[in-house]
Amino acid sequence: MDKNHQLIIVGGGPAGLSAGLYASRSKLDTLLIERAILGGQILNAEMVENYPGFPQGISGSELGALIAQQATKYGLLTIVAEVQGIEIRGGEKIVSTSEGEYRAKAVIIAGGSEHSKLGVPGEEEFTGKGVSYCAMCDGAFFRDQIVAVVGGGNVALNDALFLTRFASRVIVIHRRDQLRATRILQDRAFANPKIEFFWDTVVESITGDKLVKEIRLRNVKTGKGSSLEVSGVFVAVGLRPNTGYLKGLLTLDAGGFISVNGQMETGVPGVFAAGDIRAGSIRQVVSAAGDGATAAIAAERFLSSM
Amino acid sequence: MAEPLKVDDKNFKEVVLEAKMPVLVDFWAPWCAPCRAIAPAVEELAGEYAGRVGFAKLNVDENTKLATEYGVRSIPTLLIFKDGKPLTQIVGLRPKAELKKQLDVVLGKG
Repeated sequence: MDKNHQLIIVGGGPAGLSAGLYASRSKLDTLLIERAILGGQILNAEMVENYPGFPQGISGSELGALIAQQATKYGLLTIVAEVQGIEIRGGEKIVSTSEGEYRAKAVIIAGGSEHSKLGVPGEEEFTGKGVSYCAMCDGAFFRDQIVAVVGGGNVALNDALFLTRFASRVIVIHRRDQLRATRILQDRAFANPKIEFFWDTVVESITGDKLVKEIRLRNVKTGKGSSLEVSGVFVAVGLRPNTGYLKGLLTLDAGGFISVNGQMETGVPGVFAAGDIRAGSIRQVVSAAGDGATAAIAAERFLSSM
Repeated sequence: MAEPLKVDDKNFKEVVLEAKMPVLVDFWAPWCAPCRAIAPAVEELAGEYAGRVGFAKLNVDENTKLATEYGVRSIPTLLIFKDGKPLTQIVGLRPKAELKKQLDVVLGKG
């Protein structure tokens, strides 16, 4: 694999792949670096019902695979490697990865985000033993059992609805008294007899023997503690951006997201950001795709002005 | 690259528990995206550690009993067995370098 390219894209989710699609159709020599599998987070979504063009909805794994297939059709190069740092030397961007260094004149960072943790005792210890961050992957292990979903956004409600196929009872634990999730998901969740809500409630700890048995809860309004017997805890409390390696190079907001302007420019010439990783993103597939296209066009303009 | 051996209720004892060398078992299912993501790394390691570590994959959808027996509640889970016992558990999509480190720890102990 050639180490020098015009453009490097970090991340192979909808944002990075859309950037790759636009860049390769513009005949830019482009390398996309993905750490796991092309398609990104969307691969874990059971159903995507809000991406235009699929009136019946489409499974996340299918949509991710289709986006990857389309993006790599026009000569986009892809490798699997973990990006560890980006350095700027003169006009050159040096991207160091688990598979060595790659260089380019422009970089689009579309590395997405990963699930936040609860940060409570027992979470780490019982990960894979009842604590899960992927309802799609692990739901089937909880047939006829009681599970908790922690969170109040779209992911939490999608998880809860999916888990009703297996679990006997699904308890959604949310720290506020209303949900962030979109109304259509709220309506479905409220109508589902297997789903219950614990409002204004946070998880204090997760306990068990070899596997999860119980969670300790606290009501944030009354301060009252309680405990709940569950065998599964699905954590869906939001996302944090994969930007640890960019501190000092780019302007990050308080949450670690990359600040950009409307052209997806980061302020460092030739460095762009797109998708979930940028500040202010609505974190949807459709916006990630749009960001990717915007960033690719901005990168092309930057490269031709050099 | 090498294809890990498919194991199930019938051959698990022979292939994994009675093996002379350590065996890494990849617990997976077809619907699980991170399982597909980790598979290439496991296949590469199967080639690199050939003759030193055995590699197997177990479909949890078809082998619920074994998954339950070993407390697997999340996939992908990789269990490294030695002398019939699970020694190391690796949960979720982890980088290849970390899998290598765990394999070397298991081999170092032997």
